[in-house]
Amino acid sequence: MKNNGYFKELFVGAKSLLVGLGVTFKAFTQPIVTVQYPREKLEITPNYRGHIELVRDPETGECPCIVCGMCARTCPCGCITVKGEKKEGEKRKSLTVFQLDFTKCSLCGLCVESCPKAAIDFSQDYNIAGFTREEFHYDLIKRLEERG
Amino acid sequence: MPEPCRPDSKPHRFFLNMGPQHPSTHGVLRVILEMDGEYVVDPQPVLGYGHRMHEKMAECRPWPQFLPNTGRMDYAAALPYNHGYVALIERLAGIEVPLRAEYIRVITSELNRIASHLLWFGALLLDLGAFTPILYSFDDREQILDILEDITGSRLTYCYFRVGGVSKDIDDKFVERTRAFIKRLRGRFPMYEKLVNGNIIFIKRVEDIGIIDADMCRRYGATGPVIRGAGVPYDIRKSEPYSVYPEFDFEIPVGSKGDSMDRFLVRFQEMEQSLRIIEQALDKLPEGPFMAKVPKKLKLPAGDANFSVEAARGELAYYLISDGSDVPYRLKIRVPSYSNLSLLPEMCRGMLLSDLVAAMGSLDLVIPEIDR
Repeated sequence: MKNNGYFKELFVGAKSLLVGLGVTFKAFTQPIVTVQYPREKLEITPNYRGHIELVRDPETGECPCIVCGMCARTCPCGCITVKGEKKEGEKRKSLTVFQLDFTKCSLCGLCVESCPKAAIDFSQDYNIAGFTREEFHYDLIKRLEERG
Repeated sequence: MPEPCRPDSKPHRFFLNMGPQHPSTHGVLRVILEMDGEYVVDPQPVLGYGHRMHEKMAECRPWPQFLPNTGRMDYAAALPYNHGYVALIERLAGIEVPLRAEYIRVITSELNRIASHLLWFGALLLDLGAFTPILYSFDDREQILDILEDITGSRLTYCYFRVGGVSKDIDDKFVERTRAFIKRLRGRFPMYEKLVNGNIIFIKRVEDIGIIDADMCRRYGATGPVIRGAGVPYDIRKSEPYSVYPEFDFEIPVGSKGDSMDRFLVRFQEMEQSLRIIEQALDKLPEGPFMAKVPKKLKLPAGDANFSVEAARGELAYYLISDGSDVPYRLKIRVPSYSNLSLLPEMCRGMLLSDLVAAMGSLDLVIPEIDR
């Protein structure tokens, strides 16, 4: 018979489809692996590299920033603005402005590595959405005070 | 080339735009197709929709600030891109990298390669009309992203390697989770084979479609699984070994015919080989520092250097010319997808439109890498 190969292929092909269906049926009976996102949320890892936040020194309770400007200079995107002034009777400069323009930030983490006093760290925020650009211009000093 | 449906039919030819927004071009690739009925007479890719001047950016900023850019060219496998750039700077500045850091680089790069292949696997089948496999492959890919997120801090555009080492050491948890993942993925391969590799519809769609021979690959400079599918065991990890790859025992899978099926199988077997590399690296993982002592302000010596690595899609080469300052004079990046895409017109001439989708999917193109 000339059509031998044809019928064989029909048979093998149909079998392969059934085998594939078997795989999907097996998955169908197994527990759900997806997370129903807005209703359920996964714990984010503590090593997550979010946008930056100022942190307090656990001993003094103050932000250890010395306004050296290393973070602003290292930033590839130029999204950090740091300003400070020397108040009377104080040895070092104190921080007056620490702005982060998150619209430009590429979350590389070079600023955190460059900071000599470990005054900045990554935030755990990942649900970030907004309607205007200005919502992403963060005043980190204000955020630090709000966190208490 | 099949018989054109109307041999004498010049006036019936028409043009069809595939992309820039087409689900199977995966990004903003536009292909102008000259069609004769259902047959493609001449496909011409149009590039530049996602051009971001990465090479120019490298020329106008100090070299450490280019690090985040490297992960944003091929976002599906960012770590080999990181690896190439930091290794290039290390070669130029003569920095020795601690052994542990090299092992970490290899482990994470290979994990990233598997993640990229799983993404491609799902996306190719999605192009061919099978929706289910991508859900399974993303389930596995998700495990890798979780492992890498825990160690690198991000899920896709990693910026993890640093000149002289890596930014963060791996811990026991990472080793444990990676071992668990290797076991899991090995158990999943038979399932994929049942679901996809043996499926008659899939076989009919990819077998003998888009045949590329070794000579054509060499003419266009195609690398990676494309040239390996054509039967040439060309892999930078073996042919020009870098990092600690010579210490591992692994094979380079090759195809025989050079059709889409061969490229599919090559990538599939590559995942298994990557698992082997990771397993050996975890066994041999040495103790020690994960970062070399690098001066804080490192000026690049005048001169030039190049470094090539095996990215998930083929050979990635960086070439840097330095004039002695910390800003590179020129950084040339040779990306694999660009050469692989250039095969498209010759490969797809005379093909059915639906076969073009299968053939293009088997090239595994990442468009932001082409339009860097």
